[in-house]
Formats: sequence, C-alpha cells, structure tokens
Amino acid sequence: MKTQPTSRTALKSTVALPNDCDVVVVRAFNAPRELVFDAWTRPALVQRWLLGPPGWTMPVCEMDVRPGGKYRWRWRSEADGKEFGFSGEFREVVRPSRIVHVERYDSGDVGGTMGEALVTSELIENDGVTTHTMTIHYESQEVRDAAVKTGMTDGMEMGYQRLDELLAEQRG
Amino acid sequence: MNAVDRLNATFLALADPTRRAILARLALGEASVTELAEPFDMSQPAISKHLKMLERAGLVSRGRDAQRRPCRLEAQALEAAFVWLERYRQLWDMNFTRLDSLLDELQATNKVSKRRSKKTAKRS
Repeated sequence: MKTQPTSRTALKSTVALPNDCDVVVVRAFNAPRELVFDAWTRPALVQRWLLGPPGWTMPVCEMDVRPGGKYRWRWRSEADGKEFGFSGEFREVVRPSRIVHVERYDSGDVGGTMGEALVTSELIENDGVTTHTMTIHYESQEVRDAAVKTGMTDGMEMGYQRLDELLAEQRG
Repeated sequence: MNAVDRLNATFLALADPTRRAILARLALGEASVTELAEPFDMSQPAISKHLKMLERAGLVSRGRDAQRRPCRLEAQALEAAFVWLERYRQLWDMNFTRLDSLLDELQATNKVSKRRSKKTAKRS
C-alpha cells in the first residue's frame, strides 16, 4: 500500500497497552528519520522538546549514545522548583533506525515509583514520513500501571491542570 | 477514597486474569456469586475475595436482594482508567508537537546549508 503524504493535522500519537507489561507509543513525523534520530539522541535537541507539560524545563540532559553508554535526564518545575529524573544506559544504538535503553526513575521531590523499564525505539521512514514506535516494557503489569500512574498523577498534577486548560482552549 | 487511590484500586483490580474474566462475564449481564464461580475452578470464597477487590475499585456493585445479591458491572470506573490513558497520550503529544517544530526548523536549516555549500562549490 502506498503511503499518502500525511497532513499536519493527521499527526496524532497513539498509546496502546497491547499486553500486561508493555506500553506502546506511536507517532509519525514529517521528517527524514536521520533528523528524528538526532532529535532523540543529541542532548541540545532533546532539551528543546522532551519537556512534558507547560512549566517544566530540562536542566540536565547528559547522553553517551552508544551501546553501554549512560544517560541522565532531569526535569524541574518552574513553579515550585520540584525535580525528578530518569537515568540508565543504552543497550543498542543503530543509527538511524533503532535505540534500546534501560530507564530508571529518580523520584526526586516528586515521589512515586516506576521500577525499571526497557525502552525500544524504532524509526521507519516512508515517503519522507518517519514513524516512531516506542515500546516501554515493564517487568509486570503492577509495575507498568504504577509507572504510568506516577507519570500521570503524582508529581506533575499542576502541569496537567495547565495541560487540560490548554486543551480546552484548543477545543474552543 | 480519593481519585488517585480509586485509580490505584482500579488498576490493581484489573491486574488479574480471573478478575478480568469476571468483568467480561458481567459485561453480558448481572450474575450471582454462584453463577460467577461456575466457569472457574475456584471455591465461592475465593471468587468472593476477587469480587471484594472489584467492589473496592468501584468496578462491581452488589444488588440489594439479600439472598442472591447479584453482581453488576460499573463501567464508569473503567472509563476513569481510559481517561488516564488519554492524558498519558496527551502528555506525549505535547512533546511531539514541540518535536514537529524542531524538525521543521532543522529541515529548513539543512536546506539553507545545502544551498550554501552548492554555491560555494560553484564558485570554487
């Protein structure tokens, strides 16, 4: 099947729970996959978009992108200075198609638990559109659900309230 | 129970194949504990224990009929779990919308630098 050029408005991420242990996030981008790969692996670029809800910045973004290389990400709330982060190491790095890394949550001032996850990112390019599929694998359903819940409810609630406002504005 | 505790209870309740099977059965209509226990190789007390967890999560309610106390699916608690997933999706979408702008910018910069290097090549 030939892929039709994707219009801007059609770019919407999907999140699925295909089994008990995984979360799968899929999104298409109007860009070649080398660029998408760069945006995921160059710290100066990652810091510009991987920020979560409004009001959060990413003051720490250190990444040694190669098999066995470590990374450290840390976010900070502008409103109250609270921080949390992720760290881990890369298992596989195949430019520009595949990154596998281990992710550990550092609850900082925010709290919550997430356990450990194995994150596999795959980039497939078709007619200038890159589809990014990210599979976040947890050791059990309990760990997975606690992780997504932590991300959603505990620490970033203020940000999400603003997010809801923003979405309401967009809906008009 | 606050919203977060309720959501915890919902996901804990869903994290078990027997309890998911009970919910699937109740989606077809009300059932007594005896009826629910039938398809499982489980005692009624064991099923009752699962039902208690489902009740605590707000996923199941029990009828007033003292003898039978039929179990009923409460779908709105499941909806809360879907809303939660939708918010998780929106969080990623916010990141990805910023990534779209960044990719546009990078592509524009690449085009300019390619044009420049062509001009330089012509001149030399």
